Amino acid sequence: MPKRFIAIWFRHLVTDWLIIKKPALQTIPFVFAAPDHGRMRITAASTIAQKQGIYTGMMLADARALLPGLEVFDDKPARAEQLLKGIAAFCIRYTPIAAIDPPDGIILDISGCAHLWGGERPYLAEVITRLKSKGYTLRAAIGDTIGIAWAIARFGKETAIIERGNNAHALLALPPAALRLPMQTIERLQKLGFYQIGRFINMPRSALRRRFGDELLCRMDQALGSKEEALQPFQAVVIYQERLPCMEPIVTATGITIALQRLLGSICQRLQQEEKGMRTASFTGYRTDGKIIQVAIGTNRPSHNTRHLFKLFEPRIDSIEPAMGIELFILDATKVEVLPAGQQKIWVGSCGIEDQGLAELLDRIANRMGAASIHRYIPDEHYWPERSIKEATTLQEKANTPWQTDRRRPTQVLPKPEPIEVTAPVPDYPPMLFRYKNKLHKIKKADGPERIEREWWLEEGAHRDYYYVEDEEGGRYWLFRLGHYTAAKTQQWFIHGFFA
Amino acid sequence: MTVEKKEILQQLQKDLLVLQGFKTPLGEVAVDLKLGPVTDSFPNKTFPVAAMHEFLSTEPEQASATSGFITGLLNGLMQQGKACVWISTKRTLFPPALKFFGVEPDQIIFIDLQNEKDLLWTMEEALKCEGLAAVVGEINNISFTASRRLQLAVEQSRVTGFLLRHNARQLTTIACVARWKINPLPTELTDSMPGVGFPRWHVELLKIRNGQPGHWQMEWSGGSFQPVYKIIPAIKIKSIRKAG
Repeated sequence: MPKRFIAIWFRHLVTDWLIIKKPALQTIPFVFAAPDHGRMRITAASTIAQKQGIYTGMMLADARALLPGLEVFDDKPARAEQLLKGIAAFCIRYTPIAAIDPPDGIILDISGCAHLWGGERPYLAEVITRLKSKGYTLRAAIGDTIGIAWAIARFGKETAIIERGNNAHALLALPPAALRLPMQTIERLQKLGFYQIGRFINMPRSALRRRFGDELLCRMDQALGSKEEALQPFQAVVIYQERLPCMEPIVTATGITIALQRLLGSICQRLQQEEKGMRTASFTGYRTDGKIIQVAIGTNRPSHNTRHLFKLFEPRIDSIEPAMGIELFILDATKVEVLPAGQQKIWVGSCGIEDQGLAELLDRIANRMGAASIHRYIPDEHYWPERSIKEATTLQEKANTPWQTDRRRPTQVLPKPEPIEVTAPVPDYPPMLFRYKNKLHKIKKADGPERIEREWWLEEGAHRDYYYVEDEEGGRYWLFRLGHYTAAKTQQWFIHGFFA
Repeated sequence: MTVEKKEILQQLQKDLLVLQGFKTPLGEVAVDLKLGPVTDSFPNKTFPVAAMHEFLSTEPEQASATSGFITGLLNGLMQQGKACVWISTKRTLFPPALKFFGVEPDQIIFIDLQNEKDLLWTMEEALKCEGLAAVVGEINNISFTASRRLQLAVEQSRVTGFLLRHNARQLTTIACVARWKINPLPTELTDSMPGVGFPRWHVELLKIRNGQPGHWQMEWSGGSFQPVYKIIPAIKIKSIRKAG
């Protein structure tokens, strides 16, 4: 997958931070200073101070002479880095891979993230506005490589988003400083009249290397994307993986079982220590003939129970074909969730719906029969019988509405109402007798009608008038007439269920 | 003297049950399912939990009455928020109806499978899950060996199992503690009021290990089983076909 990066440049990182902390400083010129060779040197100057001619690297004494009312704060060496780390942690919400770029930048690897915000433009706007609202002055740019994003963020004049494959064109007009070069190289380039990258980018590489060293070529390649540049995430993505290389290729099911048990044992121990549990896991075998075989499982709730997880894998072991032998086993916990350590019970007493034992049972059934076979129902706010229940998505899902008890409902419901022949005396009266599956039922007692209207905003059709009837043998049925009674046409009667 | 004899006899009967393999584990509280006169037929006068119960039916009306009766039993078994698993291949049970028998439908996990072979495997796994209130399986045909596996599983885990056998091809002996048959009966309202009354059944306990078979008329009203003592002429339901 082609990569995309955002580079964010904080122009006044430390001073902005202090203004956020002490808003009174917004109108006062102030600087940060640190001792350097026995003198105080300015390390950062606020925007107002900069406007009055004070720049970073100036001696504090000179600045005081220029601006007697200057506020001075002591600078700590790792302050900028600390601030960047905090901001990078904030940026984890936009992408899992965020890196700091000291002294004043942040790089985000946004490959495959931007579509979640509806494209790169809204994504960039969101990042910038969120950070700006905190009070930082910043510039940001998106590009194919870290180098191009960095350059455009600091020196770009036209657009902040560089389209894929447009790197070289975007670089041409930028000054050599956009290539992240050391000061001496930049000075040498400027002395020779290279004010824009476009002026030397197409020169023979050997000539460039001879005059400016390897670094210039390396930075150019990195910006253009012909050379890979590694990003050091500030928070590494934790991988739950265990490997088991084998001295001899494994060919038997027993061997595979032992390997699986060993890997499960070590991964579960680690998960237990970190109070985590796996939701999905895959067990991969690398065969000597170069093929890779894999089986995967999933659980209803996070688990680090070795015995249970092994039971889930157990029926799949037969499907692993070792052929000439398996030389490496890898167990990956692909999805891991937090699982707080629960209190141990001495007696396994009542087993509610949220019990671990039940969850493990359902995992086993889901693994063998498919998750689609397990259903749990909660009431839905509809009177129409087919829609009066909905399937709960999780075991923990609670019903929003109570179960309806004011109207009788049959214990058995036919999947689809079946037509019946009926003799009904008067409109809106229950039928006297009905014929269902060639059997005549004489109705002795009846309740109803209960009219249930079809929800017109969901589907069209006639309403149903339900009757709860009992025949002379004691069978209890749920019948309905579709639509109004009209003398003209024969009525449509259906049987929908059986009462207890 | 007679009182003493009675006590001795009762003690001997209890000892006999233990010798026959009927054990009540220590600390197990007997569940009162409020079955009234039916309770007297059970061994030790308690409803046999941790056992397999078989229910026979042929007509859909019977099947419906049976599921109603079982739900009534579940009401007693599913106290303290216990869960239940209902396994079937062609399920017609309508969950909202369970609420009329005092059972929370969302406390029941329904498992719908393709064939009876899968059902047996799932049922055995579920019966092994300790702490479940009950496991209900709708199965038509089951072999003696398969039923014995289920019975062994429940003896270990103390879960109650119900087998709903609708239209069984062969009524062979299977390893179940009890065999029931529930037929619907015409309802009656007091003072011959119009309308349909409380569900009423003719409950037949055809077989019970260490107990006395019998038949009763029961009604579900006021949230529990109520015995009906008024004799209603027995209704004819097609007798079950016996193969072989």
